[in-house]
Amino acid sequence: MKPKLRVENVYKIFGDHPEQALEGLKQNKTKIEIFEETGQTVGVQDVSFDVREGEIFVVMGLSGSGKSTLVRTLNGLIPPTYGKILIDEDDVASCSAERLRKVRREKITMVFQHFALFPHKTVAENAAYGLKIKGEGATPRRAKALAALEQVGLAAYADSYPDELSGGMQQRVGLARGLATDPQILLMDEPFGALDPLIRREMQEELLHLQKKLKKTIIFITHDLNEALLLGDKIAIMKDGRFVQVGTAQEIVDNPADDYVAAFVGDIDRGRVFDAAHVAERPITVELGEKNAAEKALDLMEEHNRNALYVVEDDRIAGLVTYQELAVAAREEGRTDLSEVLVTEVPTVSRDTPLNELYGAASAGYPIAVADKRGRLAGVIEPQAVFSQLSGEESEEVVSTTDEADAGAAQKGERQ
Amino acid sequence: MISPADLVQIPLDDWVNSFVRDFLVPNFRPFFRAMQTPITAVLGWLDAFFHWLPMLVFTAGLTLIAWRTAGRGVAIFTLVALAFIDMIGLWSETMTTLSMIITSVLFCAMIGIPLGIWSARSDRVLFVVRPILDIMQTIPSFVYLVPIVMLFGVGMVPGIIATIIFALPPIIRLTNLGIRNVRGDLIEAAEAFGSTRWQMLWEVQFPLALRTIMAGLNQTLMLALSMVVIAALIGAGGLGLTVYTGLGRLNVGAATAGGIGIVLLAIILDRITQSLGEKKAVHTPSLWQTLRSMFALGKPGDEEKAGKAA
Repeated sequence: MKPKLRVENVYKIFGDHPEQALEGLKQNKTKIEIFEETGQTVGVQDVSFDVREGEIFVVMGLSGSGKSTLVRTLNGLIPPTYGKILIDEDDVASCSAERLRKVRREKITMVFQHFALFPHKTVAENAAYGLKIKGEGATPRRAKALAALEQVGLAAYADSYPDELSGGMQQRVGLARGLATDPQILLMDEPFGALDPLIRREMQEELLHLQKKLKKTIIFITHDLNEALLLGDKIAIMKDGRFVQVGTAQEIVDNPADDYVAAFVGDIDRGRVFDAAHVAERPITVELGEKNAAEKALDLMEEHNRNALYVVEDDRIAGLVTYQELAVAAREEGRTDLSEVLVTEVPTVSRDTPLNELYGAASAGYPIAVADKRGRLAGVIEPQAVFSQLSGEESEEVVSTTDEADAGAAQKGERQ
Repeated sequence: MISPADLVQIPLDDWVNSFVRDFLVPNFRPFFRAMQTPITAVLGWLDAFFHWLPMLVFTAGLTLIAWRTAGRGVAIFTLVALAFIDMIGLWSETMTTLSMIITSVLFCAMIGIPLGIWSARSDRVLFVVRPILDIMQTIPSFVYLVPIVMLFGVGMVPGIIATIIFALPPIIRLTNLGIRNVRGDLIEAAEAFGSTRWQMLWEVQFPLALRTIMAGLNQTLMLALSMVVIAALIGAGGLGLTVYTGLGRLNVGAATAGGIGIVLLAIILDRITQSLGEKKAVHTPSLWQTLRSMFALGKPGDEEKAGKAA
C-alpha cells in the first residue's frame, strides 16, 4: 500500500551555514562538536519514515531530541534544510507557499501541546477556524464545528470561551479544531503533555476510541514511552535529532536497538505491551475420543517435558489432563478413559488479552488456553512464560515459539 | 586652548535654512498644501457638527457613552464637568479643541496603526521607524513649528499637523508591541491551518493586540491634548488660544479657565478610552448576547454583568 506520508532524508540545521554542519555529520561528529566548531545547531538529521493511511505513528524522545522540530517540518511550519516530505504527490519541503497553504487547509492539521486556542474566539469559533480560513460560509461552518465538538463531547460548551474550560476540555477543543476540516493527517505535538496524569489517561483512551471510527493518519509526538507504547501502531525513538529505532511496541520492548532504548524500556509495564499471543505456543493436544488417548497423552507429555496437556473434542476445548493424575489412573489403575481425570475448569483467554491480566490464571499452575473467536484452541501459554516475559528475562526461544504458534494457529484456521 | 571649532566650522543653520527656504518651500509647497486637504475636510466637518450640536444633546450623548463604557462614576463626572465648562463660558472653545483633537487622533490612527503593523511584521521596517520615533519624541515641538509654518502657513490645520507629529509615536510603538506580543503558538496554530498573512492579521493578531493598541490610542490622545496650547502659537484656536492669549495679556483668570477646560476634557476622554481598551481585550460579547443576558431571567447579577460587558 502506498504510504500517506513519506519522509525522505530530512535534515533541519539551524544557522546560516548548514553545509558546514552537514560536513560535520558526515564525519560522525556529535551535535555538540558541530555546534562548537561551526555554530550550527542540528535539529533533525537524516530522518526517513513512511506512515500508512490510518496508522498512528508515534515519535518518542526526550526534550531536545528534535521531535517537535521534526513534526513542524511535516506541515512546513519549519521548512527542512534538506530532504523531502511527500503528502500524496506534494512535497511540503519544496512546494510553493500557495500550494503549502492548500495542503494545510485540506490535508493536514495540528494539535498543540499548550492547546493554542484563540482566547478571543468562542469554542465553536475555535473549532471552525480551519473552515473559516478555507472560506466556508457561516452556517455550514457552525454545523461542522458542532459536529466536531460532538465527537469530543463538548457540543454543550460551543458558546463558552476557552479560558472558561479546564485543560482537558481545552485540548478536546484543540482536537475538534484539528478534526473539523476533516483532514487526512493529524499532527499531534505532545497533545497530552500539559495535562495531569488522570486526564491524560482518559484522553489517550478517547483518542484510541475516536481513531477506531475516524481512521486518520496520525503522527503523535510524546516524551512518555508508556503513552507511545499504548497509542503507537509504530513507534520511533528519537535521540539527538535522529531515529535510533523504529518498530512496533513489542519489537521495541523485546529488542531494544541500543543501550539508550534499553534504558527506557527497562522500567515500563511489560504486561501492558505484550498480549497473550506473544507468549503462546502451538498447542499439543489429544482428541477426547481417540483410541489409546491416555497412553498417547502420557507419551506426548514425556516427549515435550510437560506436566499437563489440553484435550480437545471436535476442535472445542474439552479440558486438560495433568501428568500426575493420568499416570496414576492409567498406568497404576488401568483406567484409560480420559474423561475421568479431565479438568474442565480451565483458564481461557483470547489472543489479545494483555499479559498483565494473566497473572491470576498463570499462578494457578496450569497452562492457559488461548481461544480464538470461535472458541477453538489457538495456543497454549505455559505459566512460566508469562512470568519470564513480564520480568523481562526473555529468551530467544519464547520469541520463536510465538511465531510458530501464530503460524500453527493460522494453518489450523485454513484447514477448517 | 585649541578646539575643533578653530579648524572646521560647520554652518548647519545656514544649510538647513537654504534647504528649507530654497529647496523645500519653492518646490514642494503645492504638495504640502495638497496634503492639508483631507485634514481640512475632516476638521471642517467635525467642527461644524460639534458647533451645530446643542450643548444639552452633546452632554447627554457623551454622558451616555461614558456610562456604557466606563461606568456610573465617570458618567456623573462627565455630566458635571461639561456643565461646568458651559458655565465658565468656554463651550464653543471646547468644541473647537475637541474637533481638533479628534481630527488629530483620527489621522494618527490612520497613519500609526498600519505603520505599527508593518513594523511588527518586518524587522527592517522597525529598524528604520524606531530612530525616527525616537527623534519625534525627543525633539522639542518648537523646532518643527517654524518649518511647518513655512510649508503649511498658519491656522488650525498646521496646528493639527504639528499635533499629529507630536502624538504619533505611541500608537505606532504600541501597535508594533501588541502585534509582536501575540503568543507564538497562536501564530503557529493560525499558520498550521493555512491562514494567509491577511487572515492571520485579521483573525488572530489584530484582535489579540487590540488591548495594547487601545492603550496606544489613549496615549496618543493625551499627547494631542497636551499640544493644544503649543498649536495655538501657530494659529490654532480653541481652549489653547484662550490660555495663550491669557498668557500674553497676563490675564491669569482667562489662562486658568482655559487650563481647567483642557484638564476636564482630558480626564473625560482618558477615562472613556481607557475603559474601551480594558473591555475590548478578552471577550467582546455581541450585542445579541448582551441583550439576552439583560432580558433572560432578570437575576440581579445578570444586569450587572450586562452593564459591565457593554
